[in-house]
Amino acid sequence: MKHTISAIVENKPGVLHRVVGLFSRRGYNIDSLAVGTTEKTEVSRITIVVTGDDLVLEQIIKQLYKQIDVLEVFDLPQNESIERELALIKVKANEKTRNEIAQLAETFNARIVDVAEETVIIEVSLEKEKVENLQKLLEKFGIQELVRTGKIAIQKGGKNNG
Amino acid sequence: MKISGAQALIESLKKEGVEIVFGYPGGTVLPIYDVLYGEKAIKHILPRHEQGSTHAADGYARVTGKVGVCIATSGPGATNTITGIATAFMDSIPMVIITGQVATPLIGRDSFQEADITGITQPITKHNYLVKTAEEIPRVIKEAFYIASTGRPGPVVVDIAKDAQVNKFDFKYPDKVNLPGYKPTLKGDPEQVKAAAKLIAESKKPLIYAGGGVIASGAAAELTEFARKLNTPVTTTLMGLGAFPETDKLALQMLGMHGTAFANYAVQECDLLIAVGARFDDRVTGHLPSFAPKAKHIQIDIDPAEIGKNVRIDVPIVGDVKQTLKELNALIPVKAGRHLAWLKQIEEWKNKFPLSYKKNNFIKPQYVIEMIDEVTKGEAIICTEVGQHQMWAAQFFKFTKPRTWVSSGGLGTMGYGFPASIGAQFGRPDSTVFNIAGDGSIQMNIQELATAVIHKLPIKIVVLNNSFLGMVRQWQELIYEKRYSSTNLCNNPDLVKIAEAYGAKAMRITDQTKVKAALEEAMKITDGPVLLDFSVDKEENVLPFVPPGQALNEMIID
Ligand SMILES: Cc1ncc(C[n+]2csc(CCOP(=O)(O)OP(=O)(O)O)c2C)c(N)n1
Repeated sequence: MKHTISAIVENKPGVLHRVVGLFSRRGYNIDSLAVGTTEKTEVSRITIVVTGDDLVLEQIIKQLYKQIDVLEVFDLPQNESIERELALIKVKANEKTRNEIAQLAETFNARIVDVAEETVIIEVSLEKEKVENLQKLLEKFGIQELVRTGKIAIQKGGKNNG
Repeated sequence: MKISGAQALIESLKKEGVEIVFGYPGGTVLPIYDVLYGEKAIKHILPRHEQGSTHAADGYARVTGKVGVCIATSGPGATNTITGIATAFMDSIPMVIITGQVATPLIGRDSFQEADITGITQPITKHNYLVKTAEEIPRVIKEAFYIASTGRPGPVVVDIAKDAQVNKFDFKYPDKVNLPGYKPTLKGDPEQVKAAAKLIAESKKPLIYAGGGVIASGAAAELTEFARKLNTPVTTTLMGLGAFPETDKLALQMLGMHGTAFANYAVQECDLLIAVGARFDDRVTGHLPSFAPKAKHIQIDIDPAEIGKNVRIDVPIVGDVKQTLKELNALIPVKAGRHLAWLKQIEEWKNKFPLSYKKNNFIKPQYVIEMIDEVTKGEAIICTEVGQHQMWAAQFFKFTKPRTWVSSGGLGTMGYGFPASIGAQFGRPDSTVFNIAGDGSIQMNIQELATAVIHKLPIKIVVLNNSFLGMVRQWQELIYEKRYSSTNLCNNPDLVKIAEAYGAKAMRITDQTKVKAALEEAMKITDGPVLLDFSVDKEENVLPFVPPGQALNEMIID
């Protein structure tokens, strides 16, 4: 089972090292990781996607809480959260394929942000699975380079705990 | 008034009530050592290796319950503390390790004696700090002591850049810590405590399984009351030795790989296992799915992450062991004649499978431990290394009081016991302190003989000399067809001469009839350490032995 864990941490040196170290040391697999600032300057949010059963998840959350600089940890419920991943995809393109690529991008609400003689760059921000679908469909044109941010997520509605 | 960072550090240590530090100087801690020069309130001890300093601080912490403090210089000084830090971390021992760091402009440039000690110690500390300005020192020291000594205790590293030690600022010691991410739960959920009391009332064969958490929280008295009220047996882990008097008829002594047969059978038979400050370590459980197969589980622990980590728990209680036991004791009605059938069964196992060994013409290592118990009347602090001698000490000395057993349980660090005994003797100057060692382990920190001699510490160093790395040899005998690969130490140096070269007294004992007299003579030496080199039966094994991966009831008994 994949889980999206959101950890609110103090902006102090070494926090990310401690969190990432914890995962590798205890043998938890990180599928993706995204770190960034929040509405409060003194804290950051680390969003981690992990695979594991309920027992593993419980341990991860408890172990995260044990870190002094970790303030709060949430397991984000998938159906109650907005999840996004940003990808920039550089695809081979020529006169003939450019239109087809543009149409494909449009159906995914993606944008072409750069056009060069032999490539285009597509920017897409969607749920992880949809990003992967688009990526698959673009493969036949030839993907030259791809960069993804890792998932970030936020809980819907009034709750501000993720 | 403005003072330097180094002065601020020493002032902060005084505010924390520190009386003794174990340290080794070097370039990046020169400002600290300059302040220590002539310092009266804090005693500084110079062991002969930074590993010795950390283990000494750890031993001091284990016998006193206070935070052990040590100092090391940057680079090699700091890296020499790693084994000591990891040892303390695995056994949840409160320590503050202060290391010097190169000056801030030099950090990150592979400068002379630079090592990223906060990076290196990240997985083996409860927390750590890199201090780059003098102003941070009071707050960081306050936090470090608070974190090290509260909740589940552990080591905290404070790495201080040299320029932060030199710069001056207005010193003020904070009276509070502000750590929003650190709030240990002390009080167990009352509903859970009630649920536990209910399970206990329903149980016919309850067993208390007590660990180091009982010692850490100072709950030995509460545990004893709990066991006596319930009239049910107690088994302790290696870390829990001393939590319950082994002279009590309810005592089952140690469980696990080298536990007593009756403790292990009791685990496999009980219908309720009450884990108190214990963490279901693999050396305790053996084959995990077969551990305590008939039992429901209650677990009391201050660390939520320990609950359910290895074993499914029916009633978890997150809280301080002492406080929780008090609350639980209040819920247990006084009732005579509890669990008599269960205790009878246990008595039968005790009679049928006592801890024992076969005598012959050689000195039996177990006999030496029995004699130590006898000549000290059980009143001693026992510090050990790691190996067979450690297990024999755990099995054959009858522990009756908390903080009298000093041994590396979690990490299993050879070379721990002797420097730890130095810290223990400083912490408890009036107690008799023994270091029980193997001939392999004693050579790992033998340089600390200098420290013990200089400070006239009357430590009794007992070497159970079998000319082998005995514990490894035992595994090779039982599991690797006696292929004694690299475990023969027949070329050992003369330990008596080594001790004498350091200025210590020493004796060699080769005759079993002289064991007791030698120990009695050692007890009379009060002005310095004495090393007793006992030539013991070389291929004696530690039994019972639960082979790795087996269930506890599948132990080899003789
Ligand atoms: C630092 C360290 N290195 C290696 C080991 C592995 N080890 C465990 S017990 C043991 C043998 C200990 O020999 P000795 O000190 O002579 O004690 P004995 O078992 O003979 O009583 C070894 C090598 C260890 N525990 N610690």
